[in-house]
Amino acid sequence: MREAAVEVRGVRKTYRRYGRRKQFGTLKSALLGGRLLRDLRPDETFDALRGVSFEVAAGRTFGIVGRNGSGKSTMLKLIAGIGRPTEGAVTVRGRVSALIELGAGFHPEISGRENVYINGMMLGLSKREIAARFDEIVGFAEIERFIDEPVKTYSSGMYMRLGFAVAIHVDPDVLLVDEVLAVGDEAFTHKCLDKFAEFRRRGRTVLLVTHSLDLVTRFCDEALWLDAGVVRTQGDPRRVVDDYLQDVARAEDVALARTPVAMPAAEAVSPEPMIPEPVNAEPENHEPTHPGSRTPDSGNEPPDMFKAIEGRWGSREVEIIGVEFVGGDGRPAHVFPSGNPLEIRLQVRANQPVTDLVFGVGIFNAEGVCCYGTNTKIEGATAGSLAGAGEVRFAIDRLDLVEGSYKLDVAVHRENGAAYDYHRLLYTVRVTSRLREAGIFRPPHRWTFSGGIRISGLQP
Amino acid sequence: MFSSLRQLFRYRALIQSLVARELKARYRGSVLGFFWSFVNPLLLLLVYTFVFTVVLPDVHPRELEPFALFLFCGILPWSWFSSSLLEASNVLIAGGNLIRKVLFPAEVLPIVTVLAGLMHFCFGLPILAAFLVYYGVPIVAGDLVWFPVVVLVQLLLTLGLALLLSALAVHFRDIRDLLSNLLTLWFFATPIIYALSQAPSSVRGFLTLNPFTHLAVSYQEVLFHAGPFTAWPRLLALAAGSLGVFAFGYFVFDRLRDTLAEEV
Repeated sequence: MREAAVEVRGVRKTYRRYGRRKQFGTLKSALLGGRLLRDLRPDETFDALRGVSFEVAAGRTFGIVGRNGSGKSTMLKLIAGIGRPTEGAVTVRGRVSALIELGAGFHPEISGRENVYINGMMLGLSKREIAARFDEIVGFAEIERFIDEPVKTYSSGMYMRLGFAVAIHVDPDVLLVDEVLAVGDEAFTHKCLDKFAEFRRRGRTVLLVTHSLDLVTRFCDEALWLDAGVVRTQGDPRRVVDDYLQDVARAEDVALARTPVAMPAAEAVSPEPMIPEPVNAEPENHEPTHPGSRTPDSGNEPPDMFKAIEGRWGSREVEIIGVEFVGGDGRPAHVFPSGNPLEIRLQVRANQPVTDLVFGVGIFNAEGVCCYGTNTKIEGATAGSLAGAGEVRFAIDRLDLVEGSYKLDVAVHRENGAAYDYHRLLYTVRVTSRLREAGIFRPPHRWTFSGGIRISGLQP
Repeated sequence: MFSSLRQLFRYRALIQSLVARELKARYRGSVLGFFWSFVNPLLLLLVYTFVFTVVLPDVHPRELEPFALFLFCGILPWSWFSSSLLEASNVLIAGGNLIRKVLFPAEVLPIVTVLAGLMHFCFGLPILAAFLVYYGVPIVAGDLVWFPVVVLVQLLLTLGLALLLSALAVHFRDIRDLLSNLLTLWFFATPIIYALSQAPSSVRGFLTLNPFTHLAVSYQEVLFHAGPFTAWPRLLALAAGSLGVFAFGYFVFDRLRDTLAEEV
């Protein structure tokens, strides 16, 4: 095994959180009360990292993934030497350069040229080293024409590119990268990636903190998943990313499952009174249940999506008292892989027996486009009735939608469209896919090639 | 602490460039540019001369004539001292982005403020020299060799205080406001617009506790008063004290170093 370039042993990093008392207790009160030392002590502490240990062998590219606030940037700062761990030790062999905050030391009033020198010296280069690399730095940043202008005249892209160029030309043994690839256009991003590749070829170590999981699987030899300051998994990047994604899906599932809780609230803010449908309504008259723009969608006319607001309305002679989404494994879920089954289950209860009954469902994508909508009347049902309670199951064998969040309508109404209980866009499910196709509908398909065409690597 | 000092030495080129940047950036965009370094002390001097020769012509004794020159000997070093401390108390907070994101010795920042102040002080010296020549003050070479020593002692004292204040101001932001008022008091508690001999003897003991008193008196003796430089024992004592202040300031800064990145 090669020598470790970065060694992290049992690191804990505790941040202090000061309460209200400290914020207002300033030097005066500290001196007057003789509490100088006590006031310097924190009220509360917060562990950004707990018991983190890992090693990065020299020459490897190492990715760190995790949610926002999981301690990734803190970890990188400790490796960079900005701040020390509260417990444990961080050892780095060789020169470190951190692409954390680009152009942090730039002074707006002086020229790009002078800033390159000063920034380079801050990062530990000597004047001669900078002079030798100057043209390369400016060329990389693509700002040759403006290098003698004051930095305050630069666009933010130019500013970041120059910062990036200086930091990467420090020629470190260990390069720390914190989510900075978003500084330029496509071409610049490619140049940065090429530069990283060059680093790897020359046996340098790269630590990459990013939310771009794709980058981790493509570039890293090894990855680490930090969650709330603790190492969850470490090892092969594909495995780590998979574990992480599954956890994200689980968390989304939990979050989405809470959505129906908002239902009574949506009802409460609805300003319109719940007017029961007049019994003598004209059957062919698609009269709104109540005045206003919220025309309930009876399923046989396109909804006006720009007016659609989530909510619940209806006369409640029949009520939908429970809604569940069930995946192929028979368990309730809110995240479904594209192409898998989805079953919508409605628990309904008639507060008084009815003999005019239609069930409907609708699926809408994030832009509000109706992907599919149907009801029992459209599909030919001629009569319906309900007394007491029952369950409705609407099973989709293959959920052939592209990845995204979808909102659902479920409703029970009269044949003329007058709602008993209409749940408008109250439910959210997420469809996941490994692919990033465009559009809405993902028909089952396959590619076939013949003749001299060679295409490889197609995902099934 | 000593390893920190050694590391600081490696960053001397950075300090040098930052001081140059400070001077350049300061006057960029102004019409007079660099000339402000000369004009600023001149204008300040004009204000004081106006007050003490037109408004209050009789408050200073005859031996302090030409009073404008006497004032200048004290005000020039004082403005270096006070502006350095004021800026130092804010420099780490203003440069917070650097300290949080880039690994480099943070003491560079207050040191650069003090050194940039020294440069401004040096730019004021030709004006001072011109006044000396204009008033025909006899210049004694034996006295003048003490001048760099006085400057050096002041540099050491200012550096020590700047390091101390800059690090403490990160934890106690009110130091900044407190300091500006304290410096006003300090100015009047220093024999700059009066001579030490004018102060009542009951106050004089208190004034000698003020380190800047000895610096001001030294400047006045070296540049203004005729006769040999007699205050040197006190100056050397102050030099030793300033070394102590510097060591203390650096020590405190070094101790607070790790907390700076989290607090700014």
